Amino acid sequence: MKVFRMLGRSIRDAFKSVIRNFSLSLASISCITITLIIVSIALIASFNVENFTTAIERDMTIVVFLDSDATEKEIEQVEFDIKAIENVEKYTFQTKKEVKERMQKESEVFNTVLSSWEDEESPLKDTFQVKVKDIEKIKATADEIKSLENVSVVRYGEGMVDKMVTAFSSIEKVTYGVVIALVVVTVFLIINTIKLTISARRKEIGIMRLVGASNITIKLPFIIEGMILGLMGSIIPIVLTTYGYLVFYKHFDGHLYSKLIQLITPEPFIYQASLIVLGIGILVGMIGSASAVRRYLKI
Amino acid sequence: MDLIRIKNVEKKYKNGVTAIYDLNLAIEKGSFVFVIGGSGSGKSTLIKMLYREEKPTKGQVIVGGLDVAKIKNHKVYKLRRKLGIVFQDYRLLPKLTVYENVAFALECIGEKKDVIRVKVLKALEDVGLKNKVHEYPDNLSGGEQQRVAIARAIVNDPKLLLCDEPTGNLDPEKSMEIMKVLESINENRGTTIIMATHDKEIVDQMKKQVITLKDGHLVKFKQKGTYAE
Repeated sequence: MKVFRMLGRSIRDAFKSVIRNFSLSLASISCITITLIIVSIALIASFNVENFTTAIERDMTIVVFLDSDATEKEIEQVEFDIKAIENVEKYTFQTKKEVKERMQKESEVFNTVLSSWEDEESPLKDTFQVKVKDIEKIKATADEIKSLENVSVVRYGEGMVDKMVTAFSSIEKVTYGVVIALVVVTVFLIINTIKLTISARRKEIGIMRLVGASNITIKLPFIIEGMILGLMGSIIPIVLTTYGYLVFYKHFDGHLYSKLIQLITPEPFIYQASLIVLGIGILVGMIGSASAVRRYLKI
Repeated sequence: MDLIRIKNVEKKYKNGVTAIYDLNLAIEKGSFVFVIGGSGSGKSTLIKMLYREEKPTKGQVIVGGLDVAKIKNHKVYKLRRKLGIVFQDYRLLPKLTVYENVAFALECIGEKKDVIRVKVLKALEDVGLKNKVHEYPDNLSGGEQQRVAIARAIVNDPKLLLCDEPTGNLDPEKSMEIMKVLESINENRGTTIIMATHDKEIVDQMKKQVITLKDGHLVKFKQKGTYAE
């Protein structure tokens, strides 16, 4: 009972203090807001990058082009050999005819060009599409397949995909860096706000100590105040990113530039992202106020 | 029975100044004691050691069986709940009413609302301010403000009331009013009162126990003493 009474008192005091020092509270709420907006954009961006890099990695396929003159028997032998390679997860076989049909469907230009060729003079080749278990070993597997007889060319998007993945992962790292830097700045801001609240209430704190308030009773309102600032600061970023992402997703139809870069479907992603932003807001507020209390409330 | 025992206490501040030298004292429960002496005699330091604002450098300060020097910082509140403290500058919160100022002391220690109400009104009655409960401190005279501070100090029924120059800011007439309030608290509630002062008139009129300090040394401890003796 007593605990609830004290907690209730602390929460009341914290709200009072936020209102009493309104201009100061507003200043730090705005700063938390700005920080959290950037944090949430970074968060959404990095989740999306993470999402489509794994998607790309998952989609990475070794395409094995066979010699044009390979006989059915020889093709069977290649299939048998590919099956035997340990890193191969699964594979599909496409005859040159199937390849042609697929390409014709894909684009108008291909359609016109390919239609002009008879099956015999087609430059296309029979192919195996091979998926690997371990993406890291894709090069070794590709090399192994290349050494098989009747295999003319092996492609696995060397370079291009690799470069894209490294580019995205470095973008991701920069984003994380920015987020961390901003969180640190916000923490310092909250430390300062709470420091001012503490100095505004120095007399009150002195009296509290004299009449025998326990340390936790004295500290709690300030920590709760920090959490309230964090909570209030996260409202606008949450609303903004939730609606912003919805609009963004609709505007780009769920993918950026090419079908390769798929965006994460808004639900339940935006709710998870909002929760994370709220969590960061409250946590940052709590860390800031707790460290201000430790530094400036010498008890 | 002794409420306070001070054994071989020395207090040396960090800046090298020694405020108290080898002090030995025993103060009985229910007594009313003046601590007198000029500026820098160590009376404030003595009071501060009793409520553990300062720690003795050497020796023991025992208040109600607790060795004050051994209380850890985060446990000091346990001592403070057993005593009341009054200062020269009242230390009231200007944004709270008289009632709220007194109630504040009990709210801080998590007392129930109905208990707070009963105790606060009783304390305000004891200091003669029952008709001013809704006033703000700024609308009160200095003497009245000090009585609010006294009400706040006694509201939790402490065994010991420490007063550091409570009449320092008041004219002689108002000072005597405060002294009457303190005397009635001492008699009616049985609260032990220790009061640091350099007001000669008060000490002479009250005829209580007097501890005289000079440059950090105990000079005299007299029953029914006066300032000059």
